[in-house]
Order: sequence, then structure tokens, then C-alpha cells
Amino acid sequence: MLGTVLVVLVVLGAVFAGLLAPDPIAMAPIDRFLTPSMDHLLGTDNLGRDLFARVLFGGRIALVVSLGSTAASLLLGVAAGLVAGYGPRWLDNLLLLIFDALKSFPTVMLALALVTLLGPSEWAVVLVVIIANAPSYARMARTQTMSLRHAQFVEAERSLGAGAGRIIASHILPNIVGPILIVASMDIPVVIAIEAGMSFLGLGVRPPTPSWGTILESGFEYIQDSAWAVIAGGLPIIITTLGFTFLGEALRDTFDPKLVTGPR
Amino acid sequence: MLTYAAKRSGLALAVVMVVMALLFAMIYLIPGDPARVALGPRASQALIDELRSRMGLDKPVWIQILDFYRSVLTGNLGNDVLSGESVLRIITGQMPYTLELIFGSMVWSILVGIPLGCLSAMRRGSLVDRVTAVLSVSVIAVPAFVIAVYLLLIFAIALQWFPAIGAGDDPLDQAYHLVLPSVALGLGWVGYIARMLRASILEVQGENHVRTARAFGLAEGKIVFDYVLRIAILPTLTVLGIGIGQLLSSAVFAEIVFARPGIGKLVYDAIITRNYPIVTGTVLVTTVFFVLVNLVADLMIAWLDPRVRRGLNR
Amino acid sequence: MSAPALAIEHLSVDYATAAGPLHALRDVGIEIGAGEIVGLVGESGCGKSTLIQAVLRLLSPNARITAGRMALAGVDLMGLDPEAMRKLRGDRISVVFQDPMTALNPVLTIGRQMVDIQYRRREPRAAKRRRAVEMLKRVHIPDPESRFDQYPHEFSGGMRQRIAIAMALMAEPALFIADEPTTALDATLEVATIELLKALQREIGCAILFVSHHLGVVAELCDRVNVMYAGEVVESGPVRPVFQRPQHPYTQRLLACDPARVRERTRHLPTIPGDLPDLVSLPPGCVFADRCPQVFEPCRRAPPPAVKTAELEALRCYLAKPSP
Repeated sequence: MLGTVLVVLVVLGAVFAGLLAPDPIAMAPIDRFLTPSMDHLLGTDNLGRDLFARVLFGGRIALVVSLGSTAASLLLGVAAGLVAGYGPRWLDNLLLLIFDALKSFPTVMLALALVTLLGPSEWAVVLVVIIANAPSYARMARTQTMSLRHAQFVEAERSLGAGAGRIIASHILPNIVGPILIVASMDIPVVIAIEAGMSFLGLGVRPPTPSWGTILESGFEYIQDSAWAVIAGGLPIIITTLGFTFLGEALRDTFDPKLVTGPR
Repeated sequence: MLTYAAKRSGLALAVVMVVMALLFAMIYLIPGDPARVALGPRASQALIDELRSRMGLDKPVWIQILDFYRSVLTGNLGNDVLSGESVLRIITGQMPYTLELIFGSMVWSILVGIPLGCLSAMRRGSLVDRVTAVLSVSVIAVPAFVIAVYLLLIFAIALQWFPAIGAGDDPLDQAYHLVLPSVALGLGWVGYIARMLRASILEVQGENHVRTARAFGLAEGKIVFDYVLRIAILPTLTVLGIGIGQLLSSAVFAEIVFARPGIGKLVYDAIITRNYPIVTGTVLVTTVFFVLVNLVADLMIAWLDPRVRRGLNR
Repeated sequence: MSAPALAIEHLSVDYATAAGPLHALRDVGIEIGAGEIVGLVGESGCGKSTLIQAVLRLLSPNARITAGRMALAGVDLMGLDPEAMRKLRGDRISVVFQDPMTALNPVLTIGRQMVDIQYRRREPRAAKRRRAVEMLKRVHIPDPESRFDQYPHEFSGGMRQRIAIAMALMAEPALFIADEPTTALDATLEVATIELLKALQREIGCAILFVSHHLGVVAELCDRVNVMYAGEVVESGPVRPVFQRPQHPYTQRLLACDPARVRERTRHLPTIPGDLPDLVSLPPGCVFADRCPQVFEPCRRAPPPAVKTAELEALRCYLAKPSP
């Protein structure tokens, strides 16, 4: 309940950012570190930019990147899992080994390594999310596929001449999608945290584009001068991750109460 | 037990090999010419070519892979571009600070989380239980680095109760410097551990073997330890293995926020200065560390729960 | 004459529920003499489990004994403090539960568990180990010396049940409660387990409370039997009269419905029409009145008292002809 409210708030803020707030990139060095006022609801940062605007526009980045990369990792993960589960044994073993290896990289190290390769950008974030999350979805898909592969009704279809593609598409896929979607929705707070974290380290979104991570980072840099940037940067992250977490928990409680997830 | 240990170790080894392969792929794909980067923009082509051949960059790919494996396995992770020191030595020099942070966080969250979980399970529905439940869900959600920055803001800068920078000198000072970072990292885990333990305890308590143990008049204390906790703790142990890897990631943030020495700071600076050997070396070392920790956790679980030894359930 | 192994008189147990107190057991009386084998039969929900938990004093927190007395080999169970009761469990009274697959702790060896329950004895570990191995031999576990250090999941269901029986009888209790010990086993295993129980009982001389809904097994094993319905003992007596000339309409229907008794091929197995009564708001009269084919006028006015007849010890029915 609370989760839905928070999430809706964030989404609305992001969508209507243009209407609700002034230009997030406009600098006014004279107005550095202003405390909140009617002109600047959350004050200004070290370059005089309006923090409220930056937070709202940052919301766009957070939502787009998170939802986009989650979708991408779902697609790739499930596809890989289907192949592993339905294909020949050697392919399965190889893929499993690759999944395990990919999951062994601590997320930050993965981020650092990829950014070394590609340079910082939103795409680096997307790639990190995919590599961090897709293996889990792949494993789930694989396990489900393997158990369904030999189910009676699938054997029946096979004996009627149905090819692998048809079996996967109409029988296996609909059955595995549900639980994986629930896990994915519970991962959204993690993904948001990854985006914010990478931007905080300067590995994600590049300035002057506002991202909650970069707001927090510049606030941190000038923490002795003004606390408002730190508050402005951290608060939306907290609200959004809490919101999506409560929402995810509610979803899970409705559909599958046994899952418990951990901290980031 | 031994067969299981052998199989599981073999698996870990295979994973490490694949990790190294992936890293090599990454190195190979770094845009730009490492030799040119090392020698600077004014170097002549001839000099660059010579360095390339000395660095082995002109050999075919598959020889480069083999060279890579050979050097890593003999402990040679290359040399720091700036200082020429052995990368391995630099990393092992900085590891202790990071390990101190990781284990400090894990230890305090276990010390608080386990009793909290037991208490919540034994006193279901009480104030302790409900408060723990709400707090743990909330704190788990928020990323550790945000908590770290806020803790810094409130306790180090505003209230000035704790130091904001560095790792400290003598052990007592070090502990003092560890407080804020390890609280930031461990806070989420306390709630998670408590919640997991509570769920497993409640599940095991209702099970038949606990009922049988009671029917045989075994002392409550013995029942709690050998019949309930010993089984209920297993899912929590699984989680701890993964937790160390997570903590490693969070530790990087904590080191940057609290300006502490350690792997995080090392690799962060290395990226800015394009000190690639350090980056790849650190990634390799930390990943192998993670694989090892998981291996140890799995072996411990197999030792405690004989049912696991039956098969490597994948 | 030695004190009866178990003497329960007028036992009543209530569970506290949101809808009010649920009267799970009402005025239950059971007596088991030393060395006797007594059966307890009844369908699910009749109160068998509650009765066992009550005797062991392991009722759930929301249950209360509202009336009655229980004595184990002369010792008043209601008067004992929890510590004293705990000392009795596994020593003078022991239980084997229905599901052998989950009754043993999966992460400890069976040997360790068998030594653990001997904690009352002040003996060196080696002696306890020997006693346990001896017991395993008596229940025909092959190669007990080496299997002692194996885990429960390395044994089959039938063997696990035998291990549970070994554990229960190791201390040579005064009363051994077998709660549906063969329900989860297939027919051949059931026969073997019953034979084992008979043999062990002869050697040890303990009394057995045998709870089951396999009427044939009860008939073969037990000296006397109690029939329970919805929290009451409705008929009780020696096994032959109860099973061959049942007096209570419920017992008659129960026996008629026993699938083992069905002689001809039929599409519909006989059942007793109707449902169990609501134990929170009980009907004013006999608890079986709504389903009884022989119900008549006094049945709905007040619950029938337990009456002694020529052949039976107790019969709760207005049709009873009390013995002079």
C-alpha cells in the first residue's frame, strides 16, 4: 500500500518534471548552496543549480535506466535459461559454468572493469545490470524448463510432431514467466541502487545530466559547505528503493510467500 | 564428505578458470594500444613496436591467452604502470584494510542479527518482533553507500562524534575509525539475518523431529541447539557466503566515502590514472576471493547438513 | 496387583479459539493395565492426537485441561511440575509417531540421537552406545555396528520406523504409545512392524496404547479397545465383543465401512452420512445423534452417560442395557 503510493509519487515526479521544476542544468554560481526556499524547494548545489529540478529529472534517468535494464536482463536471462534447459547436456554445463563465473564478480568490480573498457555512460550501467542479474533469471528459467521438458503434456505434444520452438513458446514460456517476473520486480530496488551507485562513483551518467547518484556525489564533495545537496541526492534514492521494496514484498506475498531477499 | 569437498573444489576451480578467461577477453578488448599509452604521445612508431613485442602484444591470441594464464598462476599480475611495483604486492598490501572493514561489518551484524532473529522467533508478534520486521525490510532496501553518506553527515560532520577520514593508527584508534563504516555496511545485514533466521526457526520448530525430541524428554536447551538451530541456521549460512561478495562491493563505497585506504580506493584511483594492470589485477583477486569464500561456505554447510552431500544439487 | 500403566478419568480438554472454547475432549476415561495392549480407534478429528498430547503434557499453548485426572503407573501426572514431567518422557512413557520419514533429526546420526535420549543415565558413552546397538539388533536393523553412525536419510522408511521403535523401547517404559505407527507403511511392512511390536512387548512387558484406524491390525494386536468419536469414548471393552458384537451405532457403522470388510464388488464404498459436529457449539444431546440411524427421543435431550454392560466396560448410548 505504502509502496504503491511512494512509487506513484516518484513516477509522477519524473514524468511531470518539466512542468514542476525549473531547468536542472542552468547554473548560477552566485546562488551556490542556497538553503530551501520558495524559489528553490530543495536549495541549490555547488554550481547554483536548482536541486529540486535535478532530483525530479534525475528520477527520469533512474526509472528509465532501471526499468530498461531490468527488461533487457529478463529477456537475455530467460532466453539463455531456455537454451540451457532445453538444449544438449554439454551446452547446459557450459552455460551454467558461465553463469556461475559471471555471478562471481562483485558488482562494483564488474562496474569498474566494464567502465575501464567502455568509459562511463548509462550503457555501462545497463551492461552491469544485465551481467549481474541475468544469470539468476537464467538459472530460474533453466530449472523450470528442465522440469517441464519431460512433463507429460510436453511429451504428448512432441509425439504429435511439435517442434522445439513451438513447445517452448506455447508451453514452457507461459509457465516460467510468473515467478521470474516476481523476482525481477523485487530486484528493481537493487537496479536503482546500481545506477545511483555507479553514477556516484562517476562511472555512470555523465555531468551535467542529473542523476541521483551524481547529485549525492557533488553534495558529498562539498559536504562541509552545505548539507542540502546530500539530503537532496539521498532522499529520492531512499524513497524510491523503499517504495519499490514494499511494492515487491506485497507482490510476493500475494503470489509466493517463500522468497526472502537480501540487502544491497 | 571428502568426495563432496573434492567435487565442489573442482567446480570452484573451473569457475576461476572461466573468470580468468573473461578477464583476458576484457583486457584484449581495451581500446587503444597499451604500449602507446605507456610510452606517451610523442613516442616513435619503432619504439612502440618494440614495446609491443616485448609486452607480447604481437603474438597470436591463443598464445597471449596461455601467457596470461601462466603468469597469473605463477603470481605475476603485471606491474604498476606508474611505479613499476608488482601489482600483486600492491594489492595484498591494501587488502587488509578492506578485509578489516568487511569482517568487521559481518561480525557485528551476525552478533546482533542472530540473537534478534532468535528473539523474534521465540516471541512472535511481540514488539521486538514487529519492530525488527519493519526496520529490516526498510534498511535492506536502501543502498549501503547512501546510508554511509548520511552517517557521515550526521555523526561525523554535524555531531562530530566519529572521525570522518582514514583508518586510524593503533588498534583502538582503528576500531574507532571502523565504527561508522561498518555500521553503514552491516545495518542492512542485521535485518536480513534476523529475518531469515526467524523464518527458518519457525519452520523447523513445527517439524516432526522437534516434536519427537520433546516426547523423549530432552532438555529444552539441547532441543534448541541440536534440533532447531542447527538446522535453522543453514539458510543463513548460505546467505553469508553471498554476503561477503556483496560486502566487498559496498566496502568500495565505504572506503571512498570515509576516505579509508583499501582495495576500493586503490582501484578507483587506478581507473582515473588509467593504471589498467591494477584494475584487472584487483578484479581478478577480488573475484577469486569471492569464489573461495563461497566454496568455504558451501563446505561448511555440507559438513553441518549431511543431506547436501548426497548430490551437488544444481 | 500393580498400578495400571495408565489411568485416565473424566479428562476434558479445551482449545481457545477465536470463536470460543473448542471442546476437543470430553469426560474421557481410559485404563490400561500393566503389560496390556489397548487400542484406540476413531476417524481423523476424534481427538486421538489431543489425547496423546494431553497424556504427555505436550499440549499446544492454547489448550487447557479443564477437568480430569491422569496417572501413569500410579504417579499423578497432573500434579507434576514441568521438570518432573520431562524426566518421565522417554523414560517411563514413550511415543512413536506416525511419519517415520520426518521423525528423526536429519542432521545428526541415528547413533548420536540414540545416545542423546539416554541422558538420564550416568554411564560412560561406550555403555550407552552398546545399549543402543543392542536395541538396533533387536529391531532387526542389519549390521547395526556400522549403521550406528549413519544418517536418517540413509535408511528406508520401514527401517526408520523400526529405529524410532527401538528408541522408544530402549528405556523399557511402563507405557508405550504407538500413534498410527503403520499408517505410512505399505502392507508387508505393516505386518512385519506389528510382529516386531508383539515380540518386543512380550520381552519387555510394557503396556501399549495402540492408536490406529486400521481396524484389522487393532483386532489382531490388542487385548482391549476404545472407540472414540468427536472427543468422547463411545464404546470400550475387550476386543472380541467390540468388534464382533458392537453395541454403539457408531462402532457398528465404523466396522461396516471398513474397506477390509467389504465382501462384494461395488461402485460405492459404504460411508457414514453427515459430518463431524461443531466442537465449539455442541448439540445438547448425544454427539452422534445427527448421524445415528437409530436415534430416538432421549438422544437429543442430554448426552448419554457411560454405562457398564455385560460385555463392555463403557458404552455411551441410550440403547445400552446396563449390567445388573
